[in-house]
Amino acid sequence: MSTIQADHDHGRHDDPSRPLYERYKHAHHFVTADEEFDACKTGMWLFLATEVLLFAGLFMAYTYFRWRYPEAFANGSQYLDWRWGGLNTVILLISSYTAATAVRNAQLNEQAALRRNLLITVVCGLLFIGIKFVFEYGPKWSVGKRPGAWFSYPFAHDPSEPMWWSVYYCATGIHALHVVIGAGLLLWCYRRSLKQAYGPTHYTMVENSALYWHLVDLIWIFLFPLLYLIH
Amino acid sequence: MTTLNAGSHGDHDHHEVPYLVGKGGVWATIVDWATTVDHKKLGVMYLTAILALFAIGGVAALMVRTELLDPIRTGPGGPDDVHGWMFNVGQLDEATGERKYTAATANNTYNRLFTMHGAIMVFMVIVPGIPASLGNFFLPLMLGAKDVAFPRLNLLSWYVYVTGSIFGVLAIALNGVDTGWTFYTPYSTTTDVGHWRVVYMILAAFILGFSSILTGLNFVVTVHKLRAPGMGWFDMPLFVWGIYATAVIQVLATPVIGITLLLLVFERVFRVGIFDPSLGGDPVLYQHFFWFYSHPVVYVMILPGMGVISDVIAVHSRKPIFGYRAIAFASLGIAGVAFIVWGHHMFASMSEVGSVVFSALTFLVAIPTAVKIFNWIATLYKGSIALTTPMLYALVFLFLFAIGGLTGLPLATLASDLHLHDSYFVVAHFHYVMFGGTIIALLAGLHHWWPKMFGKEYSVLWANIGCLLVFVGFNVTFFTQFFMGTQGMPRRYASYPDEFQLYHQISTYGSYVLGAGFFLHLLVFIHSLVAGERAKENPWGALTLEWEATSPPSEHNFAHQPMLKHGPYDFDLAVPPYWKASDWPLPDKAEVERVRLSH
Repeated sequence: MSTIQADHDHGRHDDPSRPLYERYKHAHHFVTADEEFDACKTGMWLFLATEVLLFAGLFMAYTYFRWRYPEAFANGSQYLDWRWGGLNTVILLISSYTAATAVRNAQLNEQAALRRNLLITVVCGLLFIGIKFVFEYGPKWSVGKRPGAWFSYPFAHDPSEPMWWSVYYCATGIHALHVVIGAGLLLWCYRRSLKQAYGPTHYTMVENSALYWHLVDLIWIFLFPLLYLIH
Repeated sequence: MTTLNAGSHGDHDHHEVPYLVGKGGVWATIVDWATTVDHKKLGVMYLTAILALFAIGGVAALMVRTELLDPIRTGPGGPDDVHGWMFNVGQLDEATGERKYTAATANNTYNRLFTMHGAIMVFMVIVPGIPASLGNFFLPLMLGAKDVAFPRLNLLSWYVYVTGSIFGVLAIALNGVDTGWTFYTPYSTTTDVGHWRVVYMILAAFILGFSSILTGLNFVVTVHKLRAPGMGWFDMPLFVWGIYATAVIQVLATPVIGITLLLLVFERVFRVGIFDPSLGGDPVLYQHFFWFYSHPVVYVMILPGMGVISDVIAVHSRKPIFGYRAIAFASLGIAGVAFIVWGHHMFASMSEVGSVVFSALTFLVAIPTAVKIFNWIATLYKGSIALTTPMLYALVFLFLFAIGGLTGLPLATLASDLHLHDSYFVVAHFHYVMFGGTIIALLAGLHHWWPKMFGKEYSVLWANIGCLLVFVGFNVTFFTQFFMGTQGMPRRYASYPDEFQLYHQISTYGSYVLGAGFFLHLLVFIHSLVAGERAKENPWGALTLEWEATSPPSEHNFAHQPMLKHGPYDFDLAVPPYWKASDWPLPDKAEVERVRLSH
C-alpha cells in the first residue's frame, strides 16, 4: 500500500491533468519542498536586509544635509504637495494589503482571488509611478526645480536648495526604480498564476515577491513624512 | 517494478562520475561548464578567473616596483629633461607629430598602474578570492550537502563577477583611470573629463558588489539550511565559520558601497552634487560612506583566510583545534567590530573627539584577532606537525599576519598615525595583512585541498621551494617599506629623494623573488594537472566531511548522505594513537577504542 502511495506521489510531478503547482519538483539538493521554501524565504529576508542598508545610505545623506542646511530643507519640503504624496501612500498601503491577501489566496488555493489581487497590486504600483511622474517630477522639473548642477529655479529662497532637490530626486528615484522592479515581479507572478502555477503546496515566488513589495512600501512610509511632512 | 521507478529519485548510482569528466565533445563540454550550476565547477571557474586577474594585478605591481628602481626625475634642463628608464611612453604632439616625453606623462602611467594593481587586487582578487573559489567548492562538501542553497544564483553570481571584471579591466585598458582604488572625491568626479573611463571603473566595482552580495546571501542560507543530519553549529569545520562570518559582512556591508558608488555615478553623469562642495555637497561624506563598506570588507578579505588556517593547522599537526568556540566566536566578534571602526581611515579629516572614539574602537579589533593567533599557536604546541606545503604556508601566515596585526596598532594610535598616515608604513602594513594574510591563506588552502579538487598530487618539494621564495621575497619587499614609511616616504608617488633609493631597490629586487615564487607555483600546479599522480581520498588524514568524497568528488558530491560520526577535529577520539595520514581510512569505532585502550 505504501509503495503505491509513494509511486502516486512521484507520479504527480508528471501528470499533466494536475494543476501546475502540484507538478512542481523541488531542487534535488533539498530533502523536502518545505526545506526549499524555508531556504528561499530566508534568502529573501537577507536580500531585504541589503535593500534596507542600500536605502540607509540615502537616509544618512538626508539626515546629514538636513542638519547642514536646515533652511533649504525646510523650504524645500514646502514645494512638495502632501496631497499627492498622501494619495500615493494610500495607494501603496492598499497594494500591500492586496499583496498579503494574494499570498493567503495561494495558500488556500483561491485561484481567482489570487489572480485578482496580484493584478490590483500591479495596477497600484503603476498608478504610483504615474502620479509620481505626471504630477510630481514633471511639473517640478519643468520649472527648474532640479538636482545639483541642473537646478535653475529662479525664485529659490536658499542657495543650498539644489542639494535638497538632489536628495529628493535620488531617494525617490531609486525608490521608484524599486517600485518598477517589484511590480515587474508581481506581474510575472500574475502571468504564472494564469497557469495555476501557485497553490497550497508551492507558492514561493508569490511569497517572496510580496515580501519585496512590502519592503518597497515600508521605505515609502519613511520617505513620505521625511520629505513631505517635516518642515 | 513500480517500486524501483519510485526509488529512482533518491538512487545515486548514475551520479558516481567525477565532476571533471567532460560531456562528450569539446563544444559540449564548454557549454556544460558555461551553464553549470554545480558548485564545484563554479568554484574552479572562480578560481581560474581570480588567478588570471591576480596575474594581471601582479604584473602591474611588478611594473610599479620596476619604475621605482630608477624613478622618474626631472633633471637640470627643466620639465622636459626627464630621467628614469621606464615609462617614458611620452605623448604624441598632434601639431608636430613628435612624441614628447615629460614627467607628467610618466607620472600618469605610474598612477594608472598602481590604480590597476589596487583596484584589481582588492575588488577582483582578494575580496572574492577565498570565499568564491575554495568556499564555493568546499562549503557544501564540508556541510555534507549536495550543493549550495541557490545553485542558479551561484551561476548568475559568477557571470556578474566576470561582467564586472571585464568592465574594470576595460576601463583600465582604455588607459584613463588613475584615481587609486578608493575613488576619493572630488578627484574621481573631476578627473578624466569628457570620458567614461572612471564611470566604467566605478560601475565595475558596483557590479562586483552585486556578485559579492549574491554569493554571501547564498552561503548564509546554505549554512543555515543544508548542514548534514546531526551537524550542529559547533560541529562545523572552522573554515565554514570563517566563510559564514564573511558572508554576513558581505550581505550587510556591500549595499552601502552600492549606494555610494551609485551616487558617485550620478555625481559624474548628472552632476547631482552630493559629494561636490561647489554645489553644497561634502566630499568627506563620500569617505565615510566608502569606508563604512571598505573597512568591514577588510575582514571579508581576512576571515575566510583565518578559517583556512584553522583547518590546516589542526589537520597538519593532528591535534584537536585549541579553543574551537573561541575561534568561532572571535570570527563573529571581528565581523561585529568591523562595522564600527571605519572612521580610522579619516583621522586626518575628522574632529578630535571623533578620532579618539574611533581610535579606541579600533584597538578592539586586536582582541579577537589575538585570541585566534594564540589558539593556533596552542594547537601547534605538542602537535605532531607535518611540514607539508599547506602547513608551511600556515606558519608563514602566522608570522606575517602577526607582523601585519602588530603594525596596525601604531596606525590606530592617533599620535603616531598622524606621522605614519599615507606613508609606506601603511602600504607595508596592509600588504602584511592582505597579502601575508589572505593570499598566503589562499595558497595554504589551495595546497591543502588541491588533491581533493583535481584528484592529482603535486610535487611537495617544488611547492615547498616556491613557498620559501614567496616568504623570502615577500619580506624583502615589504619589510623594507616599514623603514621607508617611518622616514617619511609617502605612498603613491612615482619619484623620491635620493636617500630612499637603496630601500626602494631592495624592495624591488624582493618583489622579483616574490614573482619568481608565484611563477614556480604556477609550474607546479600545471605539472600536477598534466602529470601528477592520482591523489588518495584523504591524503592528509583529515576528519572533515569533504575528505569522505572521492578525489575529485563525484557530480553529486557523496554517494550517500554522509552522517556525522565525529567532530571536525576529534583527532584524539576518532583516530587511533600513532596513526599516520597514510594509514587512512579510519577503522570502525570499536577498533579505535580497542587500540586506544591497549596503548
